[in-house]
Amino acid sequence: MVKNVPVLDLDAIIDDPDTRIIVCCGAGGVGKTTTAAALGLRAAERGRSAVVLTVDPARRLAQSMGLSELDNTPRPVAGVEGEGTLHAMMLDMKRTFDEIIEAHADPERARQILTNPFYQSLSSSFSGTQEYMAMEKLGQLRRSGEWDLIIVDTPPSRSALDFLDAPERLGRFLDGRFIRMLTAPAKAGGRSAFKLLNAGFGLVAGAMTKLLGAQVLKDLQTFVSALDAVFGGFRARAEQTYNLLQAPGTAFVVVAAPERDAMREASYFVERLAEERMPLAGLVVNRVHRSPASALSAARSTAAAEDLETRGEHELTAAVLRLHAGRMQLAAREHRQQEHFVSAHPTVPVAQVPAMPADVHDLEGLRQVGALLAAQ
Amino acid sequence: MSSHDTDWDGVRLHVVTGKGGTGKTTVAAALALALAAEGRKVLLVEVEGRQGIAQVFDLPPLPYEERRIAVAPGGGDVHALAIDPEEAMLEYLEMFYGMRRAGRALSKMGIVDFATTIAPGFRDVLVTGKTSEAVRRRGKDGRRVYDAVVLDAPPTGRIVRFLNVTNEVAGLARVGPIKNHADLVNGVVSSPETAVHFVTLLEEMPVQETLDGITELREAGLPAGGVFINMIRTSELPQAVLDAASAGRFDPTELSLGLKAAGLTDGGPNAAALAEALAGEITEHARRTELERQERVSLDASGRPRYELPLLTDGVDLAGLYELAESIRAQGAA
Repeated sequence: MVKNVPVLDLDAIIDDPDTRIIVCCGAGGVGKTTTAAALGLRAAERGRSAVVLTVDPARRLAQSMGLSELDNTPRPVAGVEGEGTLHAMMLDMKRTFDEIIEAHADPERARQILTNPFYQSLSSSFSGTQEYMAMEKLGQLRRSGEWDLIIVDTPPSRSALDFLDAPERLGRFLDGRFIRMLTAPAKAGGRSAFKLLNAGFGLVAGAMTKLLGAQVLKDLQTFVSALDAVFGGFRARAEQTYNLLQAPGTAFVVVAAPERDAMREASYFVERLAEERMPLAGLVVNRVHRSPASALSAARSTAAAEDLETRGEHELTAAVLRLHAGRMQLAAREHRQQEHFVSAHPTVPVAQVPAMPADVHDLEGLRQVGALLAAQ
Repeated sequence: MSSHDTDWDGVRLHVVTGKGGTGKTTVAAALALALAAEGRKVLLVEVEGRQGIAQVFDLPPLPYEERRIAVAPGGGDVHALAIDPEEAMLEYLEMFYGMRRAGRALSKMGIVDFATTIAPGFRDVLVTGKTSEAVRRRGKDGRRVYDAVVLDAPPTGRIVRFLNVTNEVAGLARVGPIKNHADLVNGVVSSPETAVHFVTLLEEMPVQETLDGITELREAGLPAGGVFINMIRTSELPQAVLDAASAGRFDPTELSLGLKAAGLTDGGPNAAALAEALAGEITEHARRTELERQERVSLDASGRPRYELPLLTDGVDLAGLYELAESIRAQGAA
């Protein structure tokens, strides 16, 4: 264990009735989704009515909660022990986006938007849409008041930044000069408005047409003017959700693995959350390798193995000592990776979860992960 | 070219993908080193703006230009390029239309940002376009400038969409230069000159993602390459011992004697206690080995060549990269 590091007490967080939202974030492939699900189960079994919102389409996770699949609606998880309840759902970003459009536009406009090729691209593949829709869904769940704890697992973004930036970027794009320019002719009722608006537009429109083809520009204009009508509501909601994240009832849990890249991302995320004044609860380091025989160092173990090999005795013991030395080296390396984080962020509470040989397959597995998260 | 035969002779574009945390960038870098061995010239391309190549080679952040970053074993050069989609778009405008001014105007107005973010199809076609151009580029002597190009591509979940640009762009741009550009890219990535390699760990989730990715690639008519199993931990423990340990029947008596013989119990913990503690480690290792065996069997069902790379216990540094490159060559992947 890294010395003098404050311990992240996850039970205290999930037991506190004032905690309403837990956001798990971090690099891809560090066990974020499993952490979120395990926290959800533990919270439920300690009396909360919890819902886990995941963006990870892994069937395995659904199966571990006894659900054949997860969809855009919270489904009850059976087998939760105690008074609390657990629901789980998986974000369907296109569906969520469609619902927003349907809720904000009259049927004719909604149809125009939903069938536009740009909308289809935006709603299914814009690199920020998933993040934006995750936040939108979070806001919806929170407003519904049906759950007293929402645990959300953020998308495996290329960089941690995307998650916080996406709503703003989408907003900036839709509010931007370019979009205003494109919508201007529709608003002013004719092409002549272009000239008044910006002398440079001819140049730009020409370039766009060359680059994308005239049809694209036309599709885009239609899309933008249709979307423009509903977007006021969009921005307001994005802002609400952002404020919700900053509120005291929210706890950000950064998840990492003790590897260089994951720890670097974690550092970055911690700094970013501080900049945005988002409430950070602490860091969970998954897959930490420990040894039950840590008193025997890697160096001593290797030396002893060499000695036995030279003497040609106790082959089995030599192999075991080599194995142990490898394990201790790995542990030492992981320790160094964590030290880097700790020296940069000495006040961030940390919880470590030991590496397990197998993946989680059922509720019992999730329960064990939850217990390990809490047992610091 | 050397006389060294590889499984991928004729492949000039090596696309490397993998689930997050599998060491995709490290393997891409080692593959580039291996391909450059013995006097060849290889370009290593990164597209996600993470500066992963710079980190792996312990260099300051790379600019958007091709530069030599490493010398391969036996002579040979690895060049690197970190593609910035916005710069790629400006370059593209200038190269094909001479639109420098208009390009800057677009950039200023956030249109490039728009085009490269709203529709990842556009963004992807720009970076794959740039990569394809490097694959096909010829020098004054008419020979290819690079013997091979290694692309550190987006993760497995996004790879088919990333490469299948024609499809992605088709819905948006039915005609026009972007469409033509996409067709050109498609000509490269779906040709036998390209192979899409997967990096995985011997764990359930990355293996499943790899298998799904291979199926998706096939469905999209894109050429699946090899599977690189990364971070393998080996031991010399005999199978019989592993089997016993998996079943929870490891007998620490002999180990205890061995520890005494090695002088490890002098004045320290008693031999039996130490043997017991180590037995726990052995059991865990045995269980993991057994799971790994099952994952290997699953991977074999894909029919793709498999390469195994060791876990570098000291972490990935330059020496480690060369070690991985050697291993890649020894296994015939390069």
